[in-house]
Amino acid sequence: MINLVWLIPVLPLAGFLINGLFRNSLSKGMTGIVGCGVLLASFILSLLIFGQVRQDGFHAVTVTLFDFISVDKLHIPFAFQVDQLSVLFLLIITGVGFLIHLYSTAYMHEEEAPHYARYFSYLNLFVFSMLLLVLGANFVILFIGWEGVGLCSYLLIGYWFKNIEYGNAAKKAFIMNRIGDLGFLIAIFWMITQFGSVTFTDVFGGAKSASVGVITGITLLLFVGATGKSAQIPLYTWLPDAMAGPTPVSALIHAATMVTAGIYMIARSNALYSLAPVSQTVVAVIGLTTALFAATIALKQNDIKKVLAYSTVSQLGYMFLGLGVGAYTGAVFHVMTHAFFKALLFLGAGSVIHAMGGEQDIRKMGGLRKALPVTSITFLIGCIAIAGIPPFSGFFSKDEILSAAFAKSPVYYVIGLFTAMLTAFYMFRLFATTFSGTFRGTHEQEHHLHESPLAMTIPLIVLAILAAVAGFLGIPDALVPNAHVLEHFLEPVFAAGGEHPAVEVSHGTELGLMALSAGLALVVSLLAWSRFKSKPELAEPTGFGKVLANKWYVDELYNAIIVRPLNGLAKFFVWLERWIIDGAVNGVGRLVQYGGRQLRLLQSGQVGGYVLLMVIGILALFLVELFVKK
Amino acid sequence: MPINYYIFLALALFCIGVAGVLTRRNAIIIFMCVELMLNAVNLLLVAFSKMHQHALAVTNPQAGIDGQLFVFFIMVVAAAEVSVGLAIIVMMYRNTHSTDVNFLNRLKH
Repeated sequence: MINLVWLIPVLPLAGFLINGLFRNSLSKGMTGIVGCGVLLASFILSLLIFGQVRQDGFHAVTVTLFDFISVDKLHIPFAFQVDQLSVLFLLIITGVGFLIHLYSTAYMHEEEAPHYARYFSYLNLFVFSMLLLVLGANFVILFIGWEGVGLCSYLLIGYWFKNIEYGNAAKKAFIMNRIGDLGFLIAIFWMITQFGSVTFTDVFGGAKSASVGVITGITLLLFVGATGKSAQIPLYTWLPDAMAGPTPVSALIHAATMVTAGIYMIARSNALYSLAPVSQTVVAVIGLTTALFAATIALKQNDIKKVLAYSTVSQLGYMFLGLGVGAYTGAVFHVMTHAFFKALLFLGAGSVIHAMGGEQDIRKMGGLRKALPVTSITFLIGCIAIAGIPPFSGFFSKDEILSAAFAKSPVYYVIGLFTAMLTAFYMFRLFATTFSGTFRGTHEQEHHLHESPLAMTIPLIVLAILAAVAGFLGIPDALVPNAHVLEHFLEPVFAAGGEHPAVEVSHGTELGLMALSAGLALVVSLLAWSRFKSKPELAEPTGFGKVLANKWYVDELYNAIIVRPLNGLAKFFVWLERWIIDGAVNGVGRLVQYGGRQLRLLQSGQVGGYVLLMVIGILALFLVELFVKK
Repeated sequence: MPINYYIFLALALFCIGVAGVLTRRNAIIIFMCVELMLNAVNLLLVAFSKMHQHALAVTNPQAGIDGQLFVFFIMVVAAAEVSVGLAIIVMMYRNTHSTDVNFLNRLKH
């Protein structure tokens, strides 16, 4: 069964080829069936493999397909690695991905058939790349998938390519990712020189004998790659702009694919990070800073998708905090719960946008609870989950990270807790503004309001159930001993790499921390709810709020310190190219032409002239013969 | 007579010929100047031939007069050449009603 693992990524690739090549002849129904069908098949295969992997005593299996690169002593096989971590990601990607595909069949229904097929082919390619990324048994295969998701995000963010701003957002995402990818690429080269191999087992095995400096360098470069893909400071600005794509694409990018790639990569390289405490600290600090920073921005955003986008950046920061403090299981756990509730929230937002006829500004919504009962209830579940209110999933995963952070340093914990409060606040601000109070849109919109079709509500309901109960996979020891199923499941991956560094906090302390965070989340949620329920924030923000609404002016800052100097440099080079390089080339041509024109005058046709020249020439030869020659 | 006199005379004749070719436009005069140069060289040939014959006569009484004989061949060839050249000039005059060589500047095309 495990030998058939290659089918899991190949099926979406086939879907991509079918939908992509026959997009002009396939009907929308066929496109949808192919697009969703391949994902469903992949999901079923993943489930079967999961059934095998979860048996006790399972050891990681490497399935080698063929030799990818073979140069001198360097061999890079095209191989897939099946172990607990990759299977978990397979399930998340194919499962959530399938629900998003299903949702898309209804959401994108108004597109023309060829564009509809183009959309689904990109979506399939996206999932294919991500599957390649998590299945690869070495860093090069991982990198292929890594680049693939970068490309697909570009294609999908710019799906409505006729809108120039959307095109710019796509380019921004692509370029930001490319900056990070460079770090990743250098790390791979470094690994090749250091270990002579890029296969996970070789690298992790060889890491123990390498110097700490080298490992720190490699891990930091890997982290640069992760900051690009997983939207951390300083490369996070592309993610909020990625909202230009269709809403299910945002759900796919934010939940199942793309942004979790960085987390996966670092969790996969846990053996390396465990050997480099400096890198771990950097990861934790960057993660925490991003979490706090993005959460403050989300407080004042009025675009429903922007709020969710910044919450993703913030939650990713949490995951990096988890990775940085050595709570790898916690981080992966949070990836999973986040995939459920963030997909749910985005699809819910898509449902709202669908009902509002494309409107995304929450100030023009309000009171949608009556018109969209399923959406509002599922959205509420998502909000509760992300806010960290027990017993919903977000509470357990966030709490695991927070308690690990507390064990490392109380400062991490306090900032993390504060961020969690902010999260609860802005999510309930969003929920209350959108779904309660009175409707603030136009009459036309009010008349148009309707619950979404079944293809959209079924994924919402499934995801809502998952978002509500997924947390029980990771019940902390402090509540029920030995009930942390996920930790037990992932143990071989994270224990094999190195020691599990988390300093245990006593159960009593952990219970206290949990009660504190749960209580605070609840209080803040209720506060936000009661504050925005009847009188939402409609006025333009002033003072500090304006800074937050403008995202701390980071985009402007980047424009000023990076984009504009680069543009200036580009202009200089254009000038150089036009006047110096082109000038030299054209100058040579012009010189020859001019010289030719002047020399032509010598050819007068006057015999006398020729004779004169001949005589002068002969005389010159005589002079040379007589005087110059020794 | 010392050989120098012959050399200077030949040089003078040659330079006159060159100057004539360079400065005059009348084809016949140019032609005459060309002949002048030719004969200047001929004169030099005869002079050197005579000089060497004299010098060699002491050791080798059989030394010939090849140089002096050769000059007659040159004069014959020159006569033939003159006939061709004059024929060309006649044709030129018939075509252009002039013997000005500057009319014949079609070479540049």
